[in-house]
Amino acid sequence: MNTSLDIKKTYKLYIDGKFSRTESGRYIQWVDSKNNQTINFCHASRKDFRNAVQASRNAFNNWNNFSGYNRGQILYRIAEMLDSRKEQFISELILQGKSKKKSIQEVKQSIDRLVYYAGWSDKFQQIFSRVNPVSTPYYNFSSPEPTGVVSVIAPKNSYLLGFISVIVPAVVGGNTVVVLASEDNPLCAISFSEVLHSSDVPNGVINILSGYCNELAGHFSSHMDVNAVINCSSDLKDSELIRKNSSLNVKRVFDYESIDWTHVDSQDPYLIMDCQEVKTTWHPIGY
Amino acid sequence: MINPIMVYNNRIDQVGCSERVNRIFSRSIKTESKIWALYKILSMIDLTTLEGSDSPGKVKQLCYKASHLHDQYPKLPQVAAICVYPSMVSIAHKSLKSTNIKTASVATGFPSGMTNCKAKLDEVRYVIDEGAEEVDMVISRGHFLSGELNYVSDEIAQVKTACGKVKLKVILETGELNTLDNVRMASDLAMESGADFIKTSTGKISESATPTVVLTMLEAIRDYYNKTGKKIGMKPAGGISKSKLAIQYLVMVKETLGNDWLTPNLFRFGASSLANDVLMQIIKQNKGNYQSSNYFSLD
Repeated sequence: MNTSLDIKKTYKLYIDGKFSRTESGRYIQWVDSKNNQTINFCHASRKDFRNAVQASRNAFNNWNNFSGYNRGQILYRIAEMLDSRKEQFISELILQGKSKKKSIQEVKQSIDRLVYYAGWSDKFQQIFSRVNPVSTPYYNFSSPEPTGVVSVIAPKNSYLLGFISVIVPAVVGGNTVVVLASEDNPLCAISFSEVLHSSDVPNGVINILSGYCNELAGHFSSHMDVNAVINCSSDLKDSELIRKNSSLNVKRVFDYESIDWTHVDSQDPYLIMDCQEVKTTWHPIGY
Repeated sequence: MINPIMVYNNRIDQVGCSERVNRIFSRSIKTESKIWALYKILSMIDLTTLEGSDSPGKVKQLCYKASHLHDQYPKLPQVAAICVYPSMVSIAHKSLKSTNIKTASVATGFPSGMTNCKAKLDEVRYVIDEGAEEVDMVISRGHFLSGELNYVSDEIAQVKTACGKVKLKVILETGELNTLDNVRMASDLAMESGADFIKTSTGKISESATPTVVLTMLEAIRDYYNKTGKKIGMKPAGGISKSKLAIQYLVMVKETLGNDWLTPNLFRFGASSLANDVLMQIIKQNKGNYQSSNYFSLD
């Protein structure tokens, strides 16, 4: 007789390094396309988002003060952890309706993408910095610094690769993020939080919510403590609302909706630069 | 002299106390009451700066902030008082001349109180001469803990005499009193000895105002009122930086002492960063979106 119980997993949000339930107590039912099993995901509310922004803001200074090299090491660690759990992610992609071949391909590309940006971590700042020629006796130089707290609406159709590809460029540049997982298929993103949890990413640097875009887009873009929004929603109403709300505190808004994340050209140091502000310093010569 | 039997016979049920706190803290608060509470909290704040590094400039800045909390937003109340160290009292008093905001000063060897009685009284007279309208004194915890209740009581009584009509707030520093029984005893003792307010903490040690301590002190005030008819004020201080917690404390006051105590004359918050959080909440309630501390002045 088999006496062991079925362990039904509870999928939670990932806020401030903790796996918390939504404060609203609401759930989204999701049925996997293979076994017709029902899974409950948290249906995040504006208060969950607020808590996540607070966590991101608190984490920002610390993360920004990590050396680029150190951030790279941590990203590489994420890649290692993902690699060691790739079977899980492949089977989850299959549950979400992808073919086995495509799933294997997607997990492999996701790991590669993490390694790609880990490599940029201590290089982009030098490459995008410059010394500016001025005619007065000053050194004049410009260098990029992170924008701050970034809210991200992850791609609907690229559950793992797209999810990683939108958040990692912001994170490698020293920003902290609050990200809404694909609303149709959040499974991989929620499991990815377990990868993050075992990767030395400081609490609050990456916060992951599951919920509905049309409910949260307004809050993602109107919160005054958010400095940039990356939007991958194809809904024109969402995009319009995000642009309108972002004017409140002049958030940077980026639309990544049309990017094909499986294409090699979609990995790009200029995506890191999207969430960077250029600081120019004048320093007198001779001191 | 105090009667020790009177002081000793109030024992606190610690489990019951924290159960009651949990119940009070889980009350749901409707939007309308919340907005009312937020404005009320602003008017109850003792805006405080008690750092060794305080300068006249910083104190002036804080006084300006007290009367101009967020000028972009009309009809905000002013805070109740500014609380500073003795050497900064005259500066604060001058800066607040044209306002209704009171100048409060800590005294009696704040924060430890480890000096002699004469020095404490001299300090009290000095801050009143300089213009302090409220005095926050600390009790001698060492004497209290070693059972010299008369010493502590006499000291409070003498300070009250030195204060005259000036409001006296007695800081119990509950983080050093160890038990709720002691908190209750110290509260009773301070009220019997002439305190106008009892205050939880200096904010200088890690444990400051905790909900169970505040409830214990509020109940002491209630019992004292029932016995004597005198209304003593309450000031939780230290570690209260979020509006949500402050609102919960207001609920506690209302349910323990009633509406009479929901006024700056009888209830204060000792805080430095609470004001900005309350402002952010008020503006969030009006505009609908969450606010950022980047758009509010620091001091």
